[in-house]
Amino acid sequence: MITDWIEAGLAAATSDECIVIVRDTGEANLRWAINMLTTNGQMHHRSATVIAIRRTDGIGHAGVLSGPVTSEDDLRRLVAQACAAALDAPASDDSAPLPEATVDADFADEAVGTTIAVFSDFAQGLGRALRASRDAGTETFGYAEHHVSTVWLATSAGARRRTVERSGKVELNAKHADRIGSAWVGQATTDFADVDADALAAEVTRRLAWCENRIELPAGRYETILPPSAVADLMILTYWTASGRDAEQGRTVFAGKEPGTTRVGETLSPLPLTLTSGPGVLPAAPFAIVEGSAPGLTSVYDSGSPAEAIDWLRDGTLERLPYTRAAAAASGQEYAFPSDNLTLDAGSSITLDEMIRSTTRGLLLTCLWYIREVDISSLLVTGLTRDGVYLVEDGEIVGMVNNFRFNESPVDLLHRAVQASATEQTLCREWNDWFTFTKMPALRVPDFNMSTVSKAY
Amino acid sequence: MPAGLDPRFTALPLDALADAALSRARALGATHADVRVVRIRSGQQMLRDQALESSTDATDLGIGVRVIHDGSWGFAAGITLTVDGAAALADQAVAAARISRPLTSRPVELAAEPVHVGEWVSPFSIDPFEVNDAERIARLVELSRLATGPGVDHVTANLDMTDEHKFYADLAGSRTVQRRVRVFPQLEVMATSEGYHSMRTTNPPAGRGWEYALGEGWDLDTEVAQLPEWLAEQVAAPSVEPGRYDLVIEPTNLWLTIHESVAHATELDRALGYEAAYAGTSFAKLETLGSLQYGSPAMTVRGDRVTEHGLASCGWDDEGVEAQTFDIVRDGIHVGYQLNRQMAYEQGLGRSNGCAFADSSGHIPLQRMPNVSLQPAETDITVSDLVGQVERGLYVTGDKSWSIDMQRYNFQFTGQRFYAIENGRIAGQVADVAYQATTTEFWGSMEAVGGQSTYKLMGALDCGKGQPGQSAPVSHGAPAALFRSVNVLNTEAEGAHA
Repeated sequence: MITDWIEAGLAAATSDECIVIVRDTGEANLRWAINMLTTNGQMHHRSATVIAIRRTDGIGHAGVLSGPVTSEDDLRRLVAQACAAALDAPASDDSAPLPEATVDADFADEAVGTTIAVFSDFAQGLGRALRASRDAGTETFGYAEHHVSTVWLATSAGARRRTVERSGKVELNAKHADRIGSAWVGQATTDFADVDADALAAEVTRRLAWCENRIELPAGRYETILPPSAVADLMILTYWTASGRDAEQGRTVFAGKEPGTTRVGETLSPLPLTLTSGPGVLPAAPFAIVEGSAPGLTSVYDSGSPAEAIDWLRDGTLERLPYTRAAAAASGQEYAFPSDNLTLDAGSSITLDEMIRSTTRGLLLTCLWYIREVDISSLLVTGLTRDGVYLVEDGEIVGMVNNFRFNESPVDLLHRAVQASATEQTLCREWNDWFTFTKMPALRVPDFNMSTVSKAY
Repeated sequence: MPAGLDPRFTALPLDALADAALSRARALGATHADVRVVRIRSGQQMLRDQALESSTDATDLGIGVRVIHDGSWGFAAGITLTVDGAAALADQAVAAARISRPLTSRPVELAAEPVHVGEWVSPFSIDPFEVNDAERIARLVELSRLATGPGVDHVTANLDMTDEHKFYADLAGSRTVQRRVRVFPQLEVMATSEGYHSMRTTNPPAGRGWEYALGEGWDLDTEVAQLPEWLAEQVAAPSVEPGRYDLVIEPTNLWLTIHESVAHATELDRALGYEAAYAGTSFAKLETLGSLQYGSPAMTVRGDRVTEHGLASCGWDDEGVEAQTFDIVRDGIHVGYQLNRQMAYEQGLGRSNGCAFADSSGHIPLQRMPNVSLQPAETDITVSDLVGQVERGLYVTGDKSWSIDMQRYNFQFTGQRFYAIENGRIAGQVADVAYQATTTEFWGSMEAVGGQSTYKLMGALDCGKGQPGQSAPVSHGAPAALFRSVNVLNTEAEGAHA
């Protein structure tokens, strides 16, 4: 039993303190291209991370080791190696006391897995979609995956935590035979019970039909409706660069004008936008699971601390920034753990279709791609539009437009956005390998900077 | 004495695992089966202002079994390294192939490859994981101190290390064991008093051991010591006037442009559409192979898996194909793609050129890029010679921001330092520069390449591709090169809203 291995591992630890995290992951996937299945797989993996901490005058020196575990002996060996590493380790910059101990009633429960059978219903719908695409002379591409990770976290201070992380996604991309017209839909899921392959296929087919009329437009600034998926990609990137400590050190777009200050308290958007993460509406672990510190954002020392719902932006005003417990203590701030989900909500009830209908002339995007930072201080990023840029005239979609390279700052876009739709669950495109669960509105930006035309489709 | 395989890896029951999985797959009717046992140890240490921010040491060990059964692929992977566990994976892989069969319209076949049996170890002297943790951190602290100077507010020092062991066996009889070691130290300095500015070392990750962090193969100390001065110059540099400039691009920057606009664009799986929904396709279409004018006649690009210290170098790829060298662009014409065995067979291109790679036992091998390098001039053309041909231009060094579209046409890159070139001489730094172009126009504008003395082997540890996502290390060699009339943006102006 894995929890017996964990107890044996903790008992064998020779360091002053120890955290053991065991992750047991089942994974299944399907991939298809050009109307046929190309690869599939079912994988199982189990690994442990041991954070052994030596204290000198209260300051932690951590040995952090990860490895596969198939037996109690494997875990004991890993604990011994981590304890040995802690003896050599210098003082940690992110040192903090072990979090308060919480014991979950289900700690001793076994792992939950997944198999390729999770796709049983979906695969039938996918088969229909591939056949229909072949019959229509179009091409369908895409990917579906499902992960279930059971995570146990135990500390020498007595914490015994367990959580099950379920995540999945499906992406469906349809193209005309010449591969110029292209449409995409995506959905996040926890178990595929809510994935309707026929509905996704119908939606991507509807969008591909918008590509029958092809229009060339030059680079320039356009009124643009960013759909929820595109907004999610921009907000995730912003979230990842929001370290409070880095802002205090003048290293990010959230740095204040005076040295050592941040922009917390500043109004970033005229819209009543609230940006939230944490357990609640969307799936997220109820405690911090940190298997390697991400400087300025998360710390291994915080593993096992409660993960809470946090408003980072409230009614358009920057409320908080992420801090590790060590950085928070050093700055006199509150600890704020950035969970792996994100919701942006303006309290709007307007639908995306209504936004389209109220547009005189503008662009409706589908996805953003290859988004990369150009200037950290303003968070200027560049990237491409992908799989459907549509021209809207007098409230109607009149055709597809060429793709563009854009240069924009997501923080500046929040400032310039003039309308938001109702928030809905969406799958981001660029970052969905790492970030599955988001709820976002569409945003209308009056002057989005399409820097150059991309010939790519 | 050259380093060898780790006996802790070779002590695993590799042959017994392979025999169990392969015999089970054969008994179930598989026409091809391969087994990979992979152990990857990766370590990372991150310092900020000489204090340790993060230190990790992770090992991944597992087994993957891939089969072709009734013309369909099937794959299964796990962590149980027993004979029964390996045979069970073969069962699962065949079961997965059976599920695939109704959705597979064309039976999978592989290009033939001779049987290979052997061992291969990348050249390195000091196993980075055998170096004491305190010694590694002391070296990063030493470099951090070197990087400290007037105007430097913060210094970060990072170290990445990998030790990769792979055992491969297939039904045809190939059995290989390989080890690859790579190391990547990086230093960055920051100034925050007059807005945010940063300057990073330009050294690449390398297929070398700890000796690389000590200065073998790259004079890290000298470069690090210059960072404060370069940073101070950047802080005071004037903002660039946007427009068309001639560019002399150093290999420390050009490697990334090669990676994005040539290496990815000539992956055959992209050209055929297998990556269309994710990594993208390519403008370099199969029907124009042999005729597409990719660049100027000065452009010759080769793929290889044999370059010494190359990050993609190996003895055999993850389908058992022997490492090779091949032309991708010759005298400006696109003449070759990167191949795996399935695509080589499907397209009638003969033998695979050995570009299959999987980043772990838990992932299937994909067609991934080899080392892809721009060839230098045969004569010794120096950087000064190239700069001397420019009246008004920019000299570009070090990579920074990069982005390219899904057909590998439109790209935008920034760099660590941009120097004005005035009347054939390098002047001071300018700031806020990005260059933006379309692939064939850019390479068509390459008037000259430097000679061997300007050539450097650069690269990346974490090239991403595929679903589920996989990360691959790859090197790119390049000389300095001269490009005419390239579009240069001012990034400040790009970020300013109307």
